[in-house]
Amino acid sequence: MKKILFALSTLLALAGCADPKEHSHAVYMLIDTSGTYSQESAKAQLIVNYLLGTLQPGDSLAVARVKSRSFSEKDIIAKATFDSRPSQANAQKRAFREAIDNSLRQVMPSRYTDITGAMIQGAEYLNEAGAGRKTIIVFSDMQEELDKVTVRDFPISLQNIRIVAVNVVKLSTDNVDPRRYLGRLDDWKKRVEAAGASEWRVINDLERLDSILARS
Amino acid sequence: MNKAWMVWPENPAVSVLVLAVLAMLFLYAARKPMHGLIQSLGRTAMGPLRLGARWLNGAADRMAYRNRAVLLAHGKQEVETRIEREFERIGALVTRELQGYPTLQRKLLDEITRVEEDYRKCGEVPPPPPDWVEAVTAMSNVKNGNEMVMRVLEEIQRSVNAIHDKAISEYRKAYESRHKILEGFMPFWRSLDKTLGRVDRNIGSLHSSTAAVDAQMEKYEQIVAGNDKAESMLTVSAFTQFAIAALVLVVAAGGAFINFKLIALPMSEMVGAGDYITSSLRTSEVAALVIILVEASMGLFLLEALRITHLFPRIANLNDVMRRRILWIALTLLVTLAGIEAALALMRDMLIADKQALLQSLATAPQPAVTDGWVGRIPTAGQMLLGFMLPFALAFIAIPLESLIHSGRTVGGVLATSLVRVAAFALRLVGNAARHASRVLVNLYDVAIVIPLLVERLFAGRRPAKSAKPSKRVVDVDEAERTHA
Repeated sequence: MKKILFALSTLLALAGCADPKEHSHAVYMLIDTSGTYSQESAKAQLIVNYLLGTLQPGDSLAVARVKSRSFSEKDIIAKATFDSRPSQANAQKRAFREAIDNSLRQVMPSRYTDITGAMIQGAEYLNEAGAGRKTIIVFSDMQEELDKVTVRDFPISLQNIRIVAVNVVKLSTDNVDPRRYLGRLDDWKKRVEAAGASEWRVINDLERLDSILARS
Repeated sequence: MNKAWMVWPENPAVSVLVLAVLAMLFLYAARKPMHGLIQSLGRTAMGPLRLGARWLNGAADRMAYRNRAVLLAHGKQEVETRIEREFERIGALVTRELQGYPTLQRKLLDEITRVEEDYRKCGEVPPPPPDWVEAVTAMSNVKNGNEMVMRVLEEIQRSVNAIHDKAISEYRKAYESRHKILEGFMPFWRSLDKTLGRVDRNIGSLHSSTAAVDAQMEKYEQIVAGNDKAESMLTVSAFTQFAIAALVLVVAAGGAFINFKLIALPMSEMVGAGDYITSSLRTSEVAALVIILVEASMGLFLLEALRITHLFPRIANLNDVMRRRILWIALTLLVTLAGIEAALALMRDMLIADKQALLQSLATAPQPAVTDGWVGRIPTAGQMLLGFMLPFALAFIAIPLESLIHSGRTVGGVLATSLVRVAAFALRLVGNAARHASRVLVNLYDVAIVIPLLVERLFAGRRPAKSAKPSKRVVDVDEAERTHA
C-alpha cells in the first residue's frame, strides 16, 4: 500500500514539475539579404514552409533578415509561439506564412552582411523563449562583410544552440580556389563551437531538409 | 624467461625432475590431510545445498497443499453455484409448466372419457333384418308350378326387397352418424396429442436438468472427497480459463489501443499538445488513457451491479435499490463517455483535414483537389461509430478479467510450486556435483603421487596386516556420504 502511495505521489510530483517548455523546440531562421544572395529568397520560403509543416504546437519560430547590422529586433520579419491547441496552431501557421510571403516579396538587398550580430540576436530570442531545443538556421553564403564601424570581433555565446547553415552557395572566388569556401565553413565551425553551440551542420541539398530539425 | 625457480639454471630438465620429485614427496607426505581437506570441502559445499533443496521441497509441498485447498474451495464454490442455478432452473420449470398439471390431468381425463363414450356410441349397430330368410328358404323348397306359392314368393320378394332397401338405408344412416362421431373425435385426438406432447417436453426438459444436476453433484462429491481426479480436473479447467481470458484480454487491449488512437489527438485540443507529464509522455495521451480506463471501470461497475461479475463484494451485498442506482449511474456515465468519444472522433477527423489543408497550402507543387462526396464521409462516420461503440465493447472486459484473476491464483500457484521444485532439484544437483568433484580430486591427487604410492604398495605387500586400514577408511567415508545423501 505504501509503495502504491509512493508511486502515485511520484507521478503527481512529476506531473507538477513537468515543464512544457522543456519539450518544445524554438527555431530562429536568418535570411541573408545581402547582394546577389537576396535572389535566393524563394528557397528561403521553401525552408520556412518546411518548418511550418514540421514544428508542433507549443514550438516557437522566428524569421529574421541579415542586413548590414542585424543585432536588432526590427530585423525579425515574423515570430510566433504556436498555441498548444492544434487547430489554433494551424491558424497561426497560416498567418505566419502570409507574413513571410509579403515580407520576402519586398526584400531589398543590403550592402553588408552581419551574420554575427544576427546570431547574437537569435541566441537572445531563443534563450528568452526557454525552449528545450534551440536551433538557429542560417540561410546564407556565410560570407560575413561588415562596415568599418560595426564591431563583431569578440567572443559570443551560443550555449546549447544548434547552428545549421543552409544553402551555403559557392561564390565566384570560391570556384577559383575551393579552399576559400572550405576554410570559410571551417572558420564558422570553430567559431560557433567555441561559442558553446551544441552542433554545427551544413545542409546544401534542399531535398534533405529533414536533417534541419533532426537530432544528431 | 625467469629461471629463479631452477635448481640448476643451466640444466632445466634436471631442475624440473628434481622439483617434481620434491613436490611428489611433499604431496605424498601431505596425502592424508589433503584427502581429508578435499572431502570435507566437498561435504561443506554439499551440506547446505542439500539442506536448501530439502527446505525448498518442503516449501513446494506446503505451497502445493495450500494451492490444493484453495483450488478445491474455489471449485466447490463454483459447482455449488452451478447446482444452485440448475435447481433454480428446475424450480422455474416446475413452477411455470407443472403448476397447471392438475388442470391438465383433469382435461386429459375429460377428453379420454368423452372419447370412450363416443367410441361406445360407435359400437351401437341397427338390429338385424327379420328371420325371414329361413321362411323363404322353406317356401322355395315347395314344388315348382304351384301358382299360389309362386305368388306368395313374389309377394315375399317384394316385401323382402322393400325391407332390404329400408335396412340398407338405416345401416347407411347409422354408419353416417358413426362416421360423424368419429370425425368429431379428431379435435379431441389432436388436443390430446398436443397436451401429451407438452407434458413429454416438460418431462424431457426436467429429465435433462436432473441429468445436469446429477453430473454436477458427482463433480461436487469428488471435490468434497478431495481426490486427485477432482484436483487435476480443476487445475486443467483453471489453465484453460486463464488462457481463454488472457486471449480475450489481448483482443480487448487491441480494441483499447484503437480507441486510444482515436481520442489521443483530439484530446490535445482539450488539454494542449505541448504539455508533458514525463519526458516522453504527453498529457493528452495520459488524458486519453484515463478516459479509456474510466470507461473500463464504469463497465466493471455496470456488470457488478448486474451481478454478472463478483469482483467487488461490497456492490454485490448492496440492497436492490442501491444496486439499481449504481447500475444507472454507471450506465449514464458510460453513455456520456461514449458520446464524448464519438465527438472526439469527429474532431480528430477535422483536425487531420485541417492539418492536411495546411500542408497542401505550404507545398510548392499544387495538389490535386480532393472531391469530398458521400464516400469521403464514410471514414468520418465510421470513426464516430467506432468511438461510440468501443466503450461499450470495452465494458465487457470485466468478465474475462474476473476469470483471469480467479484462474490466475491457481495458475500462479502451480507455476510457483514448479519453480520452487526446479530450484530444489538444481540445488540437489549442484550438491551431488560438489560431492563427486571432491572424489575426483582425491583420485587426481593420487594420480599425481603415483610413484610414492607404488613404492608404498610394494612395502605394504610385505606387510599385509597393515594395508587394510586406509582402504577401509575410504569406504567408510563413501558410506557416510551415501548415508548423508
